[in-house]
Amino acid sequence: MSEFSGTGALIRLILRRDRLLLPIWIALPPLFVVVVVAAFVSLYPTAASQQMLAAQIVNSPGLVALLGPVSAPTIGGLTAWRSSIFATVIVAGANVLTVIRHTRADEETGRYELLGSGVVGRRAPLSASLVVTLGADLVIAALVTGALVAFGLPVAGSVALGLSFAAIGWTFAALAGVAAQLAESAGVATGIAGAIFVLFYLLRAVGDANEQSGQSWLSWMSPIGWMRLVQPFAGERWGVFALFLGAIIALIVVAYTISSRRDVGAGILRPRLGPARATPWLRSPLALAWRLHRRTLLVWAAMFAVYGVMIGYLAKTSADLLATNPQLANLFAHFGGASAYTDSLFTLSLTFLGWMAAAYAITATLRLQSEEVEGRVDHVLAASVSRLRWATSDLAIAAIGSVVVLTAFGLLAGLTYGLSTGNVGYELPRMLVATLAYLPAIWVVAGIAMALYGLVPRLSFVSWGALGAFILVELIGETLQVSQSILNLSPFNQVPKVLVSGVSLMPLVSLTLLAFVLIIAGLVGFQRRSIG
Amino acid sequence: MRGLSVIQIQNLTKYYGKTLALDGVDLEVEQGEVFGFIGPNGAGKTTTLRILLGLLRKNAGKVSVLGGDPWRDAVALHRRLAYVPGDVSLWPSLSGGEVIDLLGRLRGGVDQSRRDELVERFKFDPTKPCRTYSTGNRQKVALIAALVSDVELFILDEPTLGLDPLMEAVFRDCVAEVKRAGKTVLLSSHILAEVEALCDRISIINAGTIVESGTLAELRHLTRISVSVETAHPVTGLSEMPGVHNTRVDGTRAHFSVDAGAINRVMEHLTRFDVLVLTSAPPTLEDLFLRHYELQRGESAR
Repeated sequence: MSEFSGTGALIRLILRRDRLLLPIWIALPPLFVVVVVAAFVSLYPTAASQQMLAAQIVNSPGLVALLGPVSAPTIGGLTAWRSSIFATVIVAGANVLTVIRHTRADEETGRYELLGSGVVGRRAPLSASLVVTLGADLVIAALVTGALVAFGLPVAGSVALGLSFAAIGWTFAALAGVAAQLAESAGVATGIAGAIFVLFYLLRAVGDANEQSGQSWLSWMSPIGWMRLVQPFAGERWGVFALFLGAIIALIVVAYTISSRRDVGAGILRPRLGPARATPWLRSPLALAWRLHRRTLLVWAAMFAVYGVMIGYLAKTSADLLATNPQLANLFAHFGGASAYTDSLFTLSLTFLGWMAAAYAITATLRLQSEEVEGRVDHVLAASVSRLRWATSDLAIAAIGSVVVLTAFGLLAGLTYGLSTGNVGYELPRMLVATLAYLPAIWVVAGIAMALYGLVPRLSFVSWGALGAFILVELIGETLQVSQSILNLSPFNQVPKVLVSGVSLMPLVSLTLLAFVLIIAGLVGFQRRSIG
Repeated sequence: MRGLSVIQIQNLTKYYGKTLALDGVDLEVEQGEVFGFIGPNGAGKTTTLRILLGLLRKNAGKVSVLGGDPWRDAVALHRRLAYVPGDVSLWPSLSGGEVIDLLGRLRGGVDQSRRDELVERFKFDPTKPCRTYSTGNRQKVALIAALVSDVELFILDEPTLGLDPLMEAVFRDCVAEVKRAGKTVLLSSHILAEVEALCDRISIINAGTIVESGTLAELRHLTRISVSVETAHPVTGLSEMPGVHNTRVDGTRAHFSVDAGAINRVMEHLTRFDVLVLTSAPPTLEDLFLRHYELQRGESAR
């Protein structure tokens, strides 16, 4: 078993390197589950109200596509419905990043050479990262199960939901293990895993939304679909876990097989050669920023465009359903009528979209920091380039990039929905305005990242914490009664819900100003401090 | 007759938090010379160079580069100088050729024929993505990018790190050409031999302080040659000879170091014992430091 020797030592190394990250991502899913259960318990205390909510959800294809159907009209069923997708994003994302960070990223940076020359088998890094992620996933499962049981929910369902989080997490850990063998760069490996995640999510979304018309087989094709198909709190189907296990074993076998055959540092996908000379336009910091950002931006824009088409299409099907179901239409009239229903579906999806776009803006802004930490900025600043010019180049790409991704969504959502209702001229501009209204809030988040980077670069990562806090405020505000002053802490809360209540300029102007102040503070700090 | 000062540093002090990195550094580099800046790892070489580039803020002291303030006038000054960092990190997705062109253009322009010539001389493949380059190849990217620029001053931080001996020779040729063209080079290194081969004057830094400065000839008093010898008959009377230090005699083998001025006499002495094998090594940086501190201790004792 020499290929595995050193695994134990590497496990300890991973635990040491991730001693801060690991507890954070382990804590997030159980915390979210607790917030969700508490919200449902306080807002829908009676069986009747729970049934009504479940009926509403099941009858709105848009919600079903976004989050899946509700398996059981109980607190347990609703909690499973509300928390599964969010937990999937966190758990799968963290598993993928952890595995790639400790396998391909180490190889790419050459850290593995140091380890590999010691008594460390070829399969040890992958094994160690799989063991650590499995451990973390099982802790999440135990915490979630414990929290649910503590709220008095049935034990079997609690175990099933907790285990489903762990199962999806470890499936993506194994998948990342394969991706790490394929690509030579950690970035490309993460991209492969991310693309597969999106594919599985879309399969599940289409399958779940069209369950009645017999397309639920699509959900069976997707591990993300399996989570719901376990049916926690609704006659658990334990057999589905065998599917997870089968997939995981298959993926691990593939990853081990490739890792034993390839060279250290090499992948299966060969990197292409680049140009021997730079194109004539690559002659300024702005051109460099564009050259470095463009692929990422393209991927994000494509993701947002696909999401836009999906939401536009779902809004149409939901509207159709309401038209043929007067009883349901009545129900929604209570909330503002059928058009108000599609509008609130759009508004809900925009909330998600705003968070994602803010995540993009942080990534794009903190490129500045990675350039500095990696020492690449030295080349640029030692040439005839001012600090201001370098930093504003990357910021410009981040700011324009967020316009591009939002526009991709707004255009395609408006176009898809408009074409289906035959009223593009009306729907398209509305959707676009409603989407772009998120820009100032996103710039505020980017501004926070820039201010931290310029003034206290070591704390730049806190901008992710700020985004997390804003999302948490929004999520809590959505389900619990919280005072307005707490809600106002989140810039997203200031964004006017254009489709529901029209445009209001004041908050947009004040958010933009705030973003400017933050960015300028960051730029001033950056020009005064030492580099590196 | 001394030339114009290209770099002037007086009493430069730099703290990282509470750690003192530079403790009153003085340095002067004149136009048209190749200046060696040597010291062990962590002595403060890179810190000094990064202050000269306006990347780091100084805490105290006076610094002038090409007549300007490196912090205030960074952009204008950088049009007239080129820098090769000690640890070259490149953009993984860009090809080596793209980086060379980009950096050259950011500094004001690339002479295509000069670029092609350097790529050829360094036997460099510019089409590979930078993530696939070895340390030596990354170093070549930075060197070519610096050497294509028509600038007055080159600041090179341990530029031969990772280069093989052939490429090191190419590098030395390039530095010699640059010097012939009347340009100034500040070269940091921890390899004494490299500095000896290239530099007109050197400064030695240790623990944030300049310990010696001058031409190599002026610093000869610091240099001792270490000698290992094997003789037919056991050597005697070696340790009593003036200019001989650290003698270790083990039967017919002897190790010692000798001042440059005393070599002749020592050789005469050794021939009496019938020399079979003799190896000598130039002084290492470590020897230089040891010697320097011995001298200091001697002076303070006096």
